[in-house]
Amino acid sequence: MADNNFDGIKIRNLYKIFGPEAQVHVEAVKKGRTKTELNERFGHVLGLKDINLDMPSGNIQVIMGLSGSGKSTLIRHINRLIDPTAGEVLVNGVDVVKMNESELREFRRHQTAMVFQKFALLPHRCVLDNTLFGLDVQGVSRSHSIDVAMRWIERVGLKGFEEKYPNQLSGGMQQRVGLARALANDAPVLLMDEAYSALDPLIRTDMQTVLLDIQKEIKKTIVFITHDLDEALRLGDKIAILRDGEVIQQGTSQDIVLRPADDYIANFVREVNRGRVIHVDAVMQPVSAGQPVNGATVLAGSSIEDAIKIIAREDHKDLVVIDPAGVPLGTVDLKRLASAAVSLH
Amino acid sequence: MDWFNEFPHMNDESLRQLKLSIDNAFRTFTRNYGDFIEGLFTPLAKFLIWAERLMTQTQWPIILIAIVAIAWFASRSLKVVVGTMVTLLLIGYFDMWMDAMRTISMIFVCTVISIVVGLPIGIAMSRSDRLQKIVSPVLDVMQTMPSFVYLIPVVMLLGIGRVPGLIAVVIYALPPMIRLTDLGIRLVDRDVLEAADAFGSSRWQKLKNIQLPLALPTIMAGINQTIMMALAMVVIASMIGVQGLGQPVLKAIANQYFTLGIFNGLAIVGIAIIFDRVSQAYGERLQKHREIVHG
Ligand SMILES: Nc1ncnc2c1ncn2[C@@H]1O[C@H](COP(=O)(O)OP(=O)(O)OP(=O)(O)O)[C@@H](O)[C@H]1O
Ligand SMILES: [Mg+2]
Repeated sequence: MADNNFDGIKIRNLYKIFGPEAQVHVEAVKKGRTKTELNERFGHVLGLKDINLDMPSGNIQVIMGLSGSGKSTLIRHINRLIDPTAGEVLVNGVDVVKMNESELREFRRHQTAMVFQKFALLPHRCVLDNTLFGLDVQGVSRSHSIDVAMRWIERVGLKGFEEKYPNQLSGGMQQRVGLARALANDAPVLLMDEAYSALDPLIRTDMQTVLLDIQKEIKKTIVFITHDLDEALRLGDKIAILRDGEVIQQGTSQDIVLRPADDYIANFVREVNRGRVIHVDAVMQPVSAGQPVNGATVLAGSSIEDAIKIIAREDHKDLVVIDPAGVPLGTVDLKRLASAAVSLH
Repeated sequence: MDWFNEFPHMNDESLRQLKLSIDNAFRTFTRNYGDFIEGLFTPLAKFLIWAERLMTQTQWPIILIAIVAIAWFASRSLKVVVGTMVTLLLIGYFDMWMDAMRTISMIFVCTVISIVVGLPIGIAMSRSDRLQKIVSPVLDVMQTMPSFVYLIPVVMLLGIGRVPGLIAVVIYALPPMIRLTDLGIRLVDRDVLEAADAFGSSRWQKLKNIQLPLALPTIMAGINQTIMMALAMVVIASMIGVQGLGQPVLKAIANQYFTLGIFNGLAIVGIAIIFDRVSQAYGERLQKHREIVHG
């Protein structure tokens, strides 16, 4: 099901100003008028400022930020539930901003699917009918949509609940329906706006696992919004951090944790379990290729915690980091691992 | 100080002239277009007569069984069904069956027309704040204007009979249908609507899949109100020739027949309660899926 020829999502110079005369103010904002000034002197809200993001196909892009930082606003530009004030949103090379009403409708039907923080299920429809909602809107025949929907209902672990109504389900189960509904669309882009924020921690971890498992098969371009750094680090192939409508850092989880761009992010990062997040390759001492492997090894991409476990278990002083083919990339010793795990910032 | 003691009004002659010219204009309009307008309403008249024949010419046991069956399928409540049956039997026993059937057929037709007219207006209103601002005061007028007053132009245009009665009843009974349709649609959860948009629903799909089903309980309340108001108009409409339980009441007022008035009055109340309970129970059943809330 992977879309090999899907070109991902590119956001270019995106601005959003809320208020009746947004167009008038966008130039001033480009020239440096601040959010506070715009708000206090002109009564307009600067929602997004000069957003540039590249989300390659098949990746999970996490967008993180505190409440009010503009996460929902940003994700709603990708399927144009919100119109931008300026800028481009290219999905598979096509600018969503320029679409007319019917093009936009077709685009939403076939190119995107969305999962919502408050589930937004149809209360008057049972699980099955909720799941096939997207297909119903597309005009797919009922018998085919039932097949597809049943498959996804089973995949998210709701087999046997097809006839239940949303109100008869717990929050976690409702969001499984939300996920199944989105997946049934088989769209290349999956938009998830704080999809798991309303769930309690255990169920949330559970749902993250469900998503990661499914993503291995389907390889969609997923935009996942969260205000939880642990969730971001666990899910995100790439992470962008938003503050006051601006992207203040983007990169991999390693970039964010090891090289926070400013104090704001460093503050965030302080609370994470570095041992589980940082990879051995990020702290290893590189070796020249072709050096023979002796002693214990650890696979590149493993966490520091895993490496320490191996050392503790097998009584080695250091480990060789190897790639999947067995080629040694570098070495790590306990001191290196320990100092990375506790952060010396 | 004259102007202080007595309100300085338009002078009598001009006022008389004003009323006279409006009356004349309307009368001319009636003379010229009366037949044409009456023609427009012939399908209504046919519908009404068909419904009345159906109710009055079918043998009473069949009607009784049919109504009780409808009550059962709509409400699934034994209490409602037994109440319906007893009320109808009593009405028949006190020799008001025919009048009751005429009234019920009238109410049925009025309700159908109110739904057919009110639903689209309510939907349109929910989509445009401007339209709502325009229609809302009109509905206020329709509801508060003493019903006798708008009987006058209706009678002038269409004479005395069923159709003018029908129109008078519909004018009176329509506003709750429109208002509650509008309200119901406006109250639909915005998150669910956003989801519908996100999946690419067209306007019609949104209306059909989301707005109408979710507004249905409110719309049902509107239909219930409409039925009640139509029943309340039955006596007044009988003044312009609508047959049914209203006519004996009118006769009772004119001749001070206390018991006749009470009997027919109670029959109207009985029918009102049947309609009310059945339609309410149906409305509640429609939203079963809302009741079972997970803890
Ligand atoms: N329609 C609107 N009109 C005016 N301001 C708005 C509008 N929508 C959003 N905003 C403002 O834009 C900013 C970003 O809102 P947004 O909902 O995108 O935040 P968020 O990051 O999703 O927050 P949360 O975590 O609470 O969901 C907020 O300051 C909000 O008040
Ligand atoms: Mg949000």
